[in-house]
Amino acid sequence: MTTHQSHTTGPTHKAVEAGVTTVIGLFGAVVVYGSIKAGINWGAEGPKAGFFPFYVGLFIIISSLINLWNTLREADGPLFAEWGQLRQVFSVILPTGIYVAALPFIGLYLASAIFIAWFMRWLGKYNWPIIAALSLGMPIVTYLVFERWFLVPLPKGPVEEWLGL
Amino acid sequence: MEELVNLFHGFAVALQPFNIAVMVLGIVLGVIIGVLPGLGGANGVAILLPLTFSMPPTSAIIMLSCIYWGALFGGAITSILFNIPGEPWSVATTFDGYPMAQQGKAAESLTAAFTSSFVGALFAVIMITLVAPLVAGFALRFGPAEKFAVYFLAFCSFVGLSKEPPFKTIAAMMIGFALAAVGLDSITGQLRLTFGSTELLNGFDFLIAVIGLFGLGEIFLTMEEGLNFRGGKAKIDLRVVLRTWKSLPQYWMTSLRSCVIGCWMGVTPAGATPASFMSYGIAKRMSKNGKNFGKGEIEGVIAPETAAHAAGTAALLPMLSLGVPGSPTAAVLLGGLLIWGLQPGPMLFVEQKEFVWGLIASMYLGNLVGLIIVLTCVPIFAAILRVPFSIIAPLILVLCAIGAYSVHNSTFDVVMMLVFGVIGYALKKCNYPLAPLVLAIVLGDKAEEAFRQSLLGSQGSLGIFFSNTLVSTIMILGLIALFWSLISNGLARLRNRTAAASV
Repeated sequence: MTTHQSHTTGPTHKAVEAGVTTVIGLFGAVVVYGSIKAGINWGAEGPKAGFFPFYVGLFIIISSLINLWNTLREADGPLFAEWGQLRQVFSVILPTGIYVAALPFIGLYLASAIFIAWFMRWLGKYNWPIIAALSLGMPIVTYLVFERWFLVPLPKGPVEEWLGL
Repeated sequence: MEELVNLFHGFAVALQPFNIAVMVLGIVLGVIIGVLPGLGGANGVAILLPLTFSMPPTSAIIMLSCIYWGALFGGAITSILFNIPGEPWSVATTFDGYPMAQQGKAAESLTAAFTSSFVGALFAVIMITLVAPLVAGFALRFGPAEKFAVYFLAFCSFVGLSKEPPFKTIAAMMIGFALAAVGLDSITGQLRLTFGSTELLNGFDFLIAVIGLFGLGEIFLTMEEGLNFRGGKAKIDLRVVLRTWKSLPQYWMTSLRSCVIGCWMGVTPAGATPASFMSYGIAKRMSKNGKNFGKGEIEGVIAPETAAHAAGTAALLPMLSLGVPGSPTAAVLLGGLLIWGLQPGPMLFVEQKEFVWGLIASMYLGNLVGLIIVLTCVPIFAAILRVPFSIIAPLILVLCAIGAYSVHNSTFDVVMMLVFGVIGYALKKCNYPLAPLVLAIVLGDKAEEAFRQSLLGSQGSLGIFFSNTLVSTIMILGLIALFWSLISNGLARLRNRTAAASV
C-alpha cells in the first residue's frame, strides 16, 4: 500500500476483467473435474450424471479462453473503479458479511437492528433518535408482516427467546 | 369461443375481493420496487415470493405478477423525473423523458409514459389471450427432442440478440447450467459436483441467485457511484392527463410498431431492455420529428415505454404455454409455480384452467389498476426517492436477507446470497450479462433432462434433433438466432454493396 494513491488511481479494467475471466475458466475446470468423477460415459440408463455438465464445463473453459484473449488484446484504458469507490463498495460488503455471519447466532431481528443502525450512523451520519426509530422499527414491522400475517418463520436468537416470542 | 368463456371465468376469479386487494397491494409494492435503486422486478418478486407460500396459487401469482407490472410502471417515474433509470428497461425513457421534465412538461411526459405502458401491456395481453392456448395445444405434442429444441432456441436467442459480446453471454449461460447441475442428478439419482459438501446436496436455488446477483450486486454498484438522490416534486392533474390523452392518438403508428417490437422481443427471451432501445431507435429513424429526439419529444417517451411494457408482458407467453420464461422476472414467477406445486408448460392450460385464466384476466385488470394508481399517486412515489440511500440501502439489504432465508429456512442460503452478490457485482462490471445465467439455473435441469432423454431414444446420435420437420425447424431457427449478428452484418454489407453499385 503506497500513500500517494490519490482519488484518480485504481485497478485497470483490463486487469480486473482478465482476473474475473480466469476465475470463470478455473470454475469451468472444476466443473469438468467433478463431472469426470461422476462419470461422463454411457451407463446402464444412458448418459451418466457427469455427461451434460462435462460439456458445459468445456464450454466455460473455451469461451473463457476466447474472452481472455479478447481482453488481453484491449489497450490498458479505463479504470475498473477508483480506490475510493472500491473502498465504498467494501464498506458495504464487509458489514454485510458480518451481518450474514452473525445471523444464525443472534437471530435476524437483532442482527438487522444493529446492521441498520451501523449503516445509518457510519455512512449517513444520522442522529441517534432517527437511527433508533428505524433500526428498531424495521425489525418490528418485519416481525408483524412475516411471522404474524404471512406465517413465515425467521431465524431467532437469544433475545427473542428471552422475550418469549 | 371456448377461450372467451374461460376468460370470463378468469375475470370472475380475478374480481374476487381478496384477489383485488392482493392486486392493489402488488402494484403498490411493485411501483416502490421499480422506483428504488437496487430492487428490480426480478429480485423484488424473488424476495416477496415467500410471502405467498400460504396463499392459494391463483392469488399468489396475481400478487407476484402485479408486482412485476408495478415495477414496469415505476421504472418510468425515476427516469423522467430524475434522469435515473430505476430499471434497465427505462434507460431509453430518460433520453426524452428527462428533457421534457426539465422543460416543465413532467406531467405530460409521465402521462404519456404510463399510458403507453398500459397500451403496450394491453396489446401483449390480448396477444397472450389469443395465442397462448394455441401454442400450448401445439406444444402438448412435443417430445423430449422438441422440448430441448425450444430451450436451445431460447438460449441461442440470448447469444444472438444480447448486446454483450457473444462469448461472455455463453460463459454466463454455461455458469448457470453448471450451477443447475450441482447436487442430485434427477435421472440417475447420483450425486455430482458437490465435492463432499452437504450444503450443496440440493444444488443452488435460483431464487437465491436472483436476490444476490440482481439485488445485492446492484446495491454494490450504486455504492460505487455514491449516489445522492435529490428529488424534485411531481404532480399530475386531470387536465394535463386529458390534454395528453387527446394528443396521443396521432402517434398510433409509433405505438403499434412498438407494441409489435415489444411482443416479439418479449416472446424470444431478449427481454424488455433491448426491446425499449430497439423501439426508440426505430421510432427515431421513422418519425418525422426524428431530429427532435433526445430534446424532449413525446414520441421518444411513447416508443420505449410501449415496447418495454409489451415485452415484459409478452415474456409470460412462453412461460405459461411452454414452460420457458422470456425474462428473469418471468423465470422467478415460473419458480413460484414450481413451489406452489404447479408444473409450468402446456399441461397448465388443460389441468389448471382456473389458474391460467385467472392470471390472464388479472393481467387486464392489474394493468388498468396500475395505470390508475400511478397516475394518481406519482407525488408519493416520487417522494420515496428523496429518502437518502444510506437509509434505503440497509433496509433493502435486510429485506434481501429475509427473502433469501425464507426460501428454504436456511442461513446457508443467506451466505450464498452474499457470495452471489459479490459475483454479480464483478460480472456486471466486466460486462457479463446476468439474465442468461439466471435463466440457465432455472431451466438447466429441464434442458438437461430433455437432452438426455432425446439421446437415450436415439442411442446417442445427435441426429435426433433433426429427425423430423418440427424439431429441425426449431433447431434451425435456433441456429439462425445464434448467428444472428453475423447474418445481419452480412446482410447489411450486401445491401451496402448493392447500394454502392447502384449509385
